[in-house]
Amino acid sequence: MADTPHRSRRPRPLSPFVTIYHWPVTMATSITHRFTGMGLAAGTVLLAWWLYAVASGPDAFAQFNTLAATPLGQVILFLVVWSLAFHLLNGARHLLWDMGYGFGKDAARNNSWVVIGGSVVLAALFFVLAYAGQGGYYQ
Amino acid sequence: MSLETPLHKVEGLGSSHSGVTHFWRQRVTAAAMIPLSIWFAVSALGLIGAHEAATLAFLSQPLNAILMAAFVLIGVYHMALGMQVVIDDYIYVNWQKLSLMLLMRAFCLAVIASSLYALLRIAGPIV
Repeated sequence: MADTPHRSRRPRPLSPFVTIYHWPVTMATSITHRFTGMGLAAGTVLLAWWLYAVASGPDAFAQFNTLAATPLGQVILFLVVWSLAFHLLNGARHLLWDMGYGFGKDAARNNSWVVIGGSVVLAALFFVLAYAGQGGYYQ
Repeated sequence: MSLETPLHKVEGLGSSHSGVTHFWRQRVTAAAMIPLSIWFAVSALGLIGAHEAATLAFLSQPLNAILMAAFVLIGVYHMALGMQVVIDDYIYVNWQKLSLMLLMRAFCLAVIASSLYALLRIAGPIV
């Protein structure tokens, strides 16, 4: 390859970039699975920070809670919770695929929508539980 | 006709030299994370914003502490496997890939170490 002088100078053919494709919903759930995974990786910092704050006494604990209660803190928490819900549901879908269920063209498209809708419902449910749970903000 | 040597065939490791190990571990940890995530969302998430006493009481219960440790350990292992795939997919310059892999694993270990330290400190000494 390295010793073919003429051809190697010509630009190699490229596959079409992602913007050229029509986006089926399965493509959207696929990349969202990866994005939510990366989001959850960032979320582990929050989890470690929270555990560390709990272990470090009243001041660190109060500081974490104050930041978490701000609008930005709530938005970030909701995004992490939604990421968990999406990754959980879509991960279960992946495991079912591995076992041979729901992998047909129509089935995969339909259960994409189930995962998308279900993740929002589940995230909202988790958030309601967090508010109403043992000692949430409203108690 | 196969061009594989008999040794290569019995090793069953393919061109990646690691066979299905990564794939299998990712699935096993994923399956374990299903009940752990539901437990986390239902019980631990409810503690965000709770009073300190309630939070300490929850996390110092042995079962909750153990489940939280399992959630962090298995979750971060699953995360390391996943981030490895992301790095493999997008970073193709060798030294950059190696550096990112090491940084990523250092990050994973930092999350695990600080979380377990916190959990042990909350549990406190047995008196």
